[in-house]
Amino acid sequence: MQNIQDLEKILNSELNTKIKSSLIKHNQIYLKIDETDLTEVILFLKTNSKTKFRQLIDITAVDFPENEVRFKLVYLLLSHEFNQRIILEMDVKEKEIVGSITSIFPAANWMEREVFDMYGIDFKDHPDLRRILTDYGFEGHPLRKDFPLTGHNEVRYSHETKKVIYEPVKLEQNYRNFDYESPWEGTKYIKDQTKE
Amino acid sequence: MAKETKTLNLNFGPQHPAAHGVLRLILQLDGEIVEKADPHIGLLHRGTEKLIENKTYTQAVPYFDRLDYVAPMNQEHAFALAIEKILKIEVPIRAQYIRVMFCEIGRILSHILNVTTQAMDVGALTPTLWGFEEREILMGFYEKVSGSRLHANYFRAGGVHQDLPKGLDKEIGKFCERFPKIINDLELLLTDNRIFKQRNVDIGVVSKQDALDYSFSGVMLRGSGVPWDLRKSQPYDCYEQFEFKIPVGKNGDCYDRYLCRIEEMKESVNIISQCLANLPVGPIKTDDGKISPPPKKELKQSMEALIHHFKLYTEGYRVDKDEIYTAVEAPKGEFGVYLISDGSSKPYKCKIRAPGFSHLQAMDYLIKGHMLADVPAVLGSMDIVFGEVDR
Repeated sequence: MQNIQDLEKILNSELNTKIKSSLIKHNQIYLKIDETDLTEVILFLKTNSKTKFRQLIDITAVDFPENEVRFKLVYLLLSHEFNQRIILEMDVKEKEIVGSITSIFPAANWMEREVFDMYGIDFKDHPDLRRILTDYGFEGHPLRKDFPLTGHNEVRYSHETKKVIYEPVKLEQNYRNFDYESPWEGTKYIKDQTKE
Repeated sequence: MAKETKTLNLNFGPQHPAAHGVLRLILQLDGEIVEKADPHIGLLHRGTEKLIENKTYTQAVPYFDRLDYVAPMNQEHAFALAIEKILKIEVPIRAQYIRVMFCEIGRILSHILNVTTQAMDVGALTPTLWGFEEREILMGFYEKVSGSRLHANYFRAGGVHQDLPKGLDKEIGKFCERFPKIINDLELLLTDNRIFKQRNVDIGVVSKQDALDYSFSGVMLRGSGVPWDLRKSQPYDCYEQFEFKIPVGKNGDCYDRYLCRIEEMKESVNIISQCLANLPVGPIKTDDGKISPPPKKELKQSMEALIHHFKLYTEGYRVDKDEIYTAVEAPKGEFGVYLISDGSSKPYKCKIRAPGFSHLQAMDYLIKGHMLADVPAVLGSMDIVFGEVDR
């Protein structure tokens, strides 16, 4: 196993202009880069003999509606050779188009489709950017924070028309989101006691 | 006169028994040769990740049972580990042993199901009947320890929910003595069976490079000759303390993957026996009252315990602002949880990395040029469970 500190140094020296910040936490490297450098950085990480991040584990996004740059796109990579994981992050604006990495990792195909489906982030040069998990003809992007938990439509079998129909969601009782949070922290001396 | 040829579009599933769930596969056929396969998934999509964002950490655990529902506890394990790493909780050693033991039981559960149904897909019925009898016993262990045969909800951040009931360790021990013979019986039926070999050898071959490029993990990767197992390479809980081997395939075809699963079951039995032989005594969850609920008997006497109990089951425990990816070696491959916590008692984001998702993605690559009859064989050897693919 290559030392994680050494690996971080190598990354910082080889990619110094492209890395906005790097951090080691939980025995993983967190890299922040610009969206425009994505394909270059991924290609470097995959092919360089000192890094060899040969496997793309997952792609996902996170929604921060209150931020000016709304989404954070996250790429998880794994190097079998050096037994290291890397978490690559970049900020993406709403309606911004990101370069696809399907030509580097074929596995990115469905992962990008999922991000597109769930968050509505577009990928340039993706061979087949369709929805993947949601229903045929679905509208909206479910994992965005402003998408309601119940969704917009519900499905039922209609005896009148003898087929499955879509209707707007009708709730017998409104969804109740109780706020249990309180400033209660407990006392400090008990925490110390239980530790001993 | 030139013969006119036309490709045939065939809709395979979503209600086909060999689709192992609700897979809709659009196949483009030239005669009996598959030219293109386009899997349509999402028919079992329940929005697990969205739901988890709206539940407390304790309430989120049962959703993990419902992902890969043939090995529920392995999934819970990844989630528990993620929270533990953020909160820096030390898990008592007995709890670690119990968790490892039940993860291995989960592995056997999953592999029995896969090996026997794969055999059924290619025409052998008996292994299913024999194998499911054993699954029944294993699910009995699940029930004894958690109260439920399938959706266990047993692992917690900081340990497990309850201690093993009296006598369960002996029962599991008895199973471990008996089960290797059952594996042998299954092998007698399948390993040298002419039909089984004809249907599986050299079918769905994955090269080493492609296995990496398509993000394969678990048996799909090991079957192609990559010796990679997270239990060995990035050990979690107390896996370092056990001795076990990682079976690796040579050719990367369906038959090698079957052999890997059979060997892995033997290793799992081995790990469970080692757990039972060295099972330490002690607590089964962390004693931090801010994370794990107090014992029932204290509720009647201690005000402190009562407050803790109330807060834990209404607000839930809070998890500091952090971001983490943790993975475990689930029976099907690398199962990971990418968790973002924001200091409240609900996860801000919880992305579930399911191994089956990347495996199914490669369906087109695996099946191209094969015959239509090979579709069930390849699907079977990929070990797809739609609970985790569709989430």
